[in-house]
Amino acid sequence: MTVGSSSSAQILVDVRNASRHFDVSLPWLNRVLERKPRQILRAVDGVSFIIRQGETLGLVGESGSGKSTVARLLVGLYRLSGGSISIEGKPVESLQRPEGRSLRRRVQMIFQDPYASLNPRWRVGRIIAEPLVVHARELAQAGSPVHDEAQRRHRVDALLGQVGLSAADQNKFPHQFSGGQRQRISIARALATNPDFLICDEPTSALDVSVQAQVLNLMKDLQRDLGLTYLFISHNLAVVRHVADRVGVMYCGRIVELAEKRSIFARPLHPYTRMLLDAIPDLNRTGPGRVAVAGEVPNPLNPPTGCTFHPRCPYANARCRTEVPQLQPFENEDLVACHGVFEGRLNLIPNPESPAA
Amino acid sequence: MTAPLLEVRNLRVEFPSRRGSLLALDDVSFSIAPGEVLGVVGESGAGKSLTGAAIIGLLEPPGRIAGGEILLRGRRIDQLSDEQMRHVRGREIGAIFQDPLTSLNPLYTVGRQLIETIQTHLPLTAAQARTRAIDLLQSTGIPAAAQRMEHYPHQFSGGMRQRVVIALALAAEPKLIIADEPTTALDVSIQAQIIELLKRLCREHETAIMLVTHDMGVIAETADRVAVMYAGRLVEIGAVSEVIHRPQHPYSVGLMGSIPSMEGELARLTQIEGSMPRLNAIPRGCAFHPRCSRAFAPCNRRRPELMQSATSLAACWLLDASSDQAALTLTGLEPLGST
Repeated sequence: MTVGSSSSAQILVDVRNASRHFDVSLPWLNRVLERKPRQILRAVDGVSFIIRQGETLGLVGESGSGKSTVARLLVGLYRLSGGSISIEGKPVESLQRPEGRSLRRRVQMIFQDPYASLNPRWRVGRIIAEPLVVHARELAQAGSPVHDEAQRRHRVDALLGQVGLSAADQNKFPHQFSGGQRQRISIARALATNPDFLICDEPTSALDVSVQAQVLNLMKDLQRDLGLTYLFISHNLAVVRHVADRVGVMYCGRIVELAEKRSIFARPLHPYTRMLLDAIPDLNRTGPGRVAVAGEVPNPLNPPTGCTFHPRCPYANARCRTEVPQLQPFENEDLVACHGVFEGRLNLIPNPESPAA
Repeated sequence: MTAPLLEVRNLRVEFPSRRGSLLALDDVSFSIAPGEVLGVVGESGAGKSLTGAAIIGLLEPPGRIAGGEILLRGRRIDQLSDEQMRHVRGREIGAIFQDPLTSLNPLYTVGRQLIETIQTHLPLTAAQARTRAIDLLQSTGIPAAAQRMEHYPHQFSGGMRQRVVIALALAAEPKLIIADEPTTALDVSIQAQIIELLKRLCREHETAIMLVTHDMGVIAETADRVAVMYAGRLVEIGAVSEVIHRPQHPYSVGLMGSIPSMEGELARLTQIEGSMPRLNAIPRGCAFHPRCSRAFAPCNRRRPELMQSATSLAACWLLDASSDQAALTLTGLEPLGST
């Protein structure tokens, strides 16, 4: 299945039906004595998407929707329970093996919390130089050898300049920097090995808005200058709208809608996407209220049958409660997983009797 | 105009340290009318939460109020003893904090915590307090309230827990609620529910709210007026639509521009260069001048006070009639920035 628009850029990342299940069962003895079954948490359940060279795919969803698990699957921090992920045609499993080292150099990650992702006892120079040491051989193969201390120092200087810090900063410790500056250090470290693909897991969620603006602008500049490809994960739709080319919406471990940014914000199809867009506090909506959104994200250990969104969906009917909708193209090439959209019953008046959790 | 419910006059909060004291709040003055929602915004470290903590008398030592007055219905509350303050807190001023899990006692049932709060402040019997507690839970939209009374905080989801905290804050019918980032720990869809709930309950009970948050969207939808803080000072205060659409202070302008919007297409967000100064290195004159693109002569020497601009009050020399171009020419000063 090919996913997304007809643009001809090369496909960099191809995720097919990827799943990650966690066994959260009680210990064996408890299961036997208390007659409890095994419990499987389906954190990611059959997710497919592609990312083209040089584009930004935004992934949004609420806590527990599986966004971060997808990120960790992509860098090989979790193993797949099912399906496949390939980056440049190479399976992601190879990242853990020696022959995956050259791929690993080109896939880097930026984490949410710049306080937790930098070693507090290392100087900034050492933090940024570490990937250069680890990937010395791969960098030499790629034509940018960094062999000795002087070359490393030079490269770190250049990287710090690239993210808007000064060369003198490499002798400082992380605690001497503000949150925004630390996130710049994380970005410099991720860029150290000349990667092609950056996975950004909520990179600005821990930052103040004015600092967030600085980091988002920096990330856009770097993408333009270095031709980077991003997977940008965020719970903030406005941020995703600002950076992404295409947007995927996740709910309960599945992608419920995946479309070009323009169409998803202009014409959201899935009721969950509509609800999310409606829920964002808006600067221009001073004064009068809005229709409140009902219900909460279901317990992932015991997700609802059929479409996992049906208990909160004003349009749900019997089919939604039993049959899982598949992600498929609607009209143009926007993908949506909703029975109501395809049956054309979504613009009906919401059914007031539908159960709200 | 009615008398203000809360009046804060020239509030100063200090943190004494070995190397001299740090001034965390400097000359902050504002008032809240009965039933009004005042939003307080600013970046981390601007002093938003500290203002709230000073009002309810919960400053962490060694922080202390070093000057100014806090008046609740005309009565000074900043000099009350701890015991007297305990009766004001909860009864007259309620509080809602960011993390609902840390504001509830994990070892007591929700019902017990509600009943205890109600009986502390209101002369009710246990049975009456129980009925009131169930009513409160119901009014905050918790289904099956009577059964939920027997549950412990960990049995509630994040959004439901924040509803319990709101019920607790409203338990003794206070006239003012200090809500410190009440929705920051919640998902967007739950956040929308909690904002609606706060607005509805405050309308019904005519409760005023001081809403501290860094989320301008939340402020826009909830507040009547908004105060913008920077480095321990109030830099702008005015009606919410005024401050959002016609910010007067350059910091407010930058703050509004840096928010990714859901409308319009922007190639780049406005960014304010640099970051908020540390408390031990607050610049002389206007604390914002090193980051301000419009800084000019007086900014690094004299501190601007709040002055009238359009319908808002803002602390910026650009708005001072006596520092306009004519006055500058007179004193031989040239504007430094791109004014």
